Amino acid sequence: MRNRRVRTVFSFVGILATLVLLWEGYKAMGAATGGTWPFTDVELPIRTNERSMPHVWDIVSTLFSEAQRGRDELLVTVLLKAALFTFRSALIGFTVGSLVGFGLGVLFVRSGLAERGLMPYVVASQTVPVLAIAPILVVWSGRLDLPIWVPVGAISAYLAFYPVAISTLRGLRSPEATSSELMRSYAATPNQVLFKLQIPAAMPYLFPALKVAATASIIGAIVGELPAGIREGLGRAILSFASSFSSAPEKLFASVLVASLLGIVFVALVTLVERLTIPAGNRLDPNELAMAGQGGAA
Amino acid sequence: MNTLELTGITMVFNQGGANEVTALDGIDLSVAPGEFISLIGPSGCGKSTLLRLVGDLLSPTSGTAQVNSKTPHQARLDRDYGMVFQSATLLEWRRIAENVELPLEVMGVAKAQREATAREMLELVQLEKFSDHYPWQLSGGMQQRVAIARALSFKPSILLMDEPFGALDEMTRERMQMELLRIWEETNTTIVFVTHSIPEAVFLSTRVVVMSPRPGQISDVIDIDLPQPRVFETREDTRFFELLTKVRESLRKVEGEEPGA
Amino acid sequence: MTSDRLHKYGPAIVLFVGALAVWEGAVRVFDIQGFILPAPSAIAATFASQWSELWPAGLGTFLSALGGLALGSVVAFLASLSAARWTAVRDGAMPLAIAANSTPIIVLAPIANAWFGLLNPFGTIAVVAVLVFFPIMINLVRGLTSAPATQVELMRSYATPSRTVLAKLQMPSALPYLFSAMKVAVALSVIGAIVKEYFGGPQDRLGQYITLKAGLFQFEEAWAAIVLASAFGILLYTVVVALERRVMPWHVSVRSAS
Repeated sequence: MRNRRVRTVFSFVGILATLVLLWEGYKAMGAATGGTWPFTDVELPIRTNERSMPHVWDIVSTLFSEAQRGRDELLVTVLLKAALFTFRSALIGFTVGSLVGFGLGVLFVRSGLAERGLMPYVVASQTVPVLAIAPILVVWSGRLDLPIWVPVGAISAYLAFYPVAISTLRGLRSPEATSSELMRSYAATPNQVLFKLQIPAAMPYLFPALKVAATASIIGAIVGELPAGIREGLGRAILSFASSFSSAPEKLFASVLVASLLGIVFVALVTLVERLTIPAGNRLDPNELAMAGQGGAA
Repeated sequence: MNTLELTGITMVFNQGGANEVTALDGIDLSVAPGEFISLIGPSGCGKSTLLRLVGDLLSPTSGTAQVNSKTPHQARLDRDYGMVFQSATLLEWRRIAENVELPLEVMGVAKAQREATAREMLELVQLEKFSDHYPWQLSGGMQQRVAIARALSFKPSILLMDEPFGALDEMTRERMQMELLRIWEETNTTIVFVTHSIPEAVFLSTRVVVMSPRPGQISDVIDIDLPQPRVFETREDTRFFELLTKVRESLRKVEGEEPGA
Repeated sequence: MTSDRLHKYGPAIVLFVGALAVWEGAVRVFDIQGFILPAPSAIAATFASQWSELWPAGLGTFLSALGGLALGSVVAFLASLSAARWTAVRDGAMPLAIAANSTPIIVLAPIANAWFGLLNPFGTIAVVAVLVFFPIMINLVRGLTSAPATQVELMRSYATPSRTVLAKLQMPSALPYLFSAMKVAVALSVIGAIVKEYFGGPQDRLGQYITLKAGLFQFEEAWAAIVLASAFGILLYTVVVALERRVMPWHVSVRSAS
């Protein structure tokens, strides 16, 4: 067990180091050949100059330099503040989306009619480009004088509810037939079956879905900030560093790095709650988890 | 008054469909209070279906069933049945005592009373030391004993058991049979027991019901006149072997009727 | 049979028609302005009148999404084969892939624009490829290693070469995992392509079209584009479901669905 963990950490660090080496190696190769594949005239797909691919250490060190000339705030501070802002919208979306998804799962397991009527639209909802509905939601909430976090939270919730709905339904259906027969032989009411059998059985399915929902809610928050014209979040930060890419490319990379870390931290938080709630023996095998059909983003 | 009274029970699945199956045909059976009845027969003879009909998990296509002079439905609502399946079906997120308390919780029994009953039931199956364990920490035989304790916790008048020892090894199985007989004597419960095993049926029962497949029918009812209480030596009794042979031959007749067998 | 189908699809159809009717009625009765909520009939009319502009934009986006989907799937397939083959690769790559899958990958879009240029469709293809890579790869690795130990031992007892074990045991056991990943990936590919184009892309693409029309408060056009994008997504999803039924009629998910 311990040995395995040590090996996993080593392999993980090894792969990270390999990625950094590949990045720097690719750069070095481009510098040596003048931007072509070795011994050919075929151009490399990505240019290797400092502008396209800054050194890894430049990206890291720019985090700890001034965000703007003349201001003594470090870039990392600015980005973390933006990340915190985005995280707040994401948390709203995550909470609302998870509750809606869970509610739909319960509704579907209780009513075959509701499932047959609504399920196709639950699936279809994920083919609607969120970004396209974002400006529409912003106009709506403007009309209704709602605060600006409402449409952003709604977009975030729109992405987060789906994995939770699908996995909750699977989980609620997971008890064996004999368990249901047992409850029936006790003349248990439908609510007793739900609370004593189905919902506890669904818990191991719920957490993997919540992890997917966590990432999805962050994507929703970032994407939702853009048409909402919100200036304080990560979405705007990425967009503005993208427009100043030619003068300071490493800042864009740094902001992408922070956005990625935000996703990982959120998922890690959900994992922590899972560890505290579900005893180790009852956690779902990652293989069954994969079959829960989730793993997506956007 | 009989505990169980079945008359002309017929069960047809997918009636009118292309894959229509007659699982049971014209079943008549009476069971007196305190009897231990085994249903035995080849796969597909409808013995599990019959058990589920009695327990109101299925409804017959035709015929009537009476349990304690009530419909099976009413008997289920009155919590007359304790059920035990081949797999223990313990809820994995509940500790052992909490699993035993489950039916009592459903029935709205107060917490203190539930805990006292669970303790008593776990003592009955000799697992009181394991009340705080989770199901996965127990062996298959122990889990099955918990399932029996759970079924008995609300003192049902009938125990319906569907191959409860089918997944256990032979040694554990014989020990569980002794234990079940002891519990049966202590609690005075009527037991309907589905099994594949001839020795098990003969050793446990007061009567063995032999069933034949396609369509499921009762082909023979054999009285087991072994002395009570059954003890370890009962299995070495000559009468035990005679009855084994009787049940076996009755089953062979049943299988002989199968086309191509 | 017909009544079975009615039972299965009836509620969804009734709901669809009913929702459209309520929507249309509400817009008319309350006289809701087009920039708040256009009526379905207005969207349909716009769909028809804007077709000459919508279709090329939609097709361009769709092809980029397909290209990204193809590239991402092939690379994910190769990566998962090596991860399934070598434990060391798996131990390192899986946690990394799971971590990467926790990140909002779409933020790579501006980087892709910087690297490949705003107008180069390969930028979109690359972003979509990265987007679909992780869910497919994670599910495939799990699928390829999902065969029960007894089945692997059975193959061993026949002295089966590992290539044959892969073809006869591991790949078939991975199919259900592959399909559930593909269902996620196809929806992701179309949405991902549009969001990427929002961050910057050719003008004659759906992402830019929606941005432009939404910016001008021409929401009929934006809605028409949403309908087209969803149609592409649903089309791809349907293809995956149909393939799933063809390829693995033996699997529980398919058996219970048919």
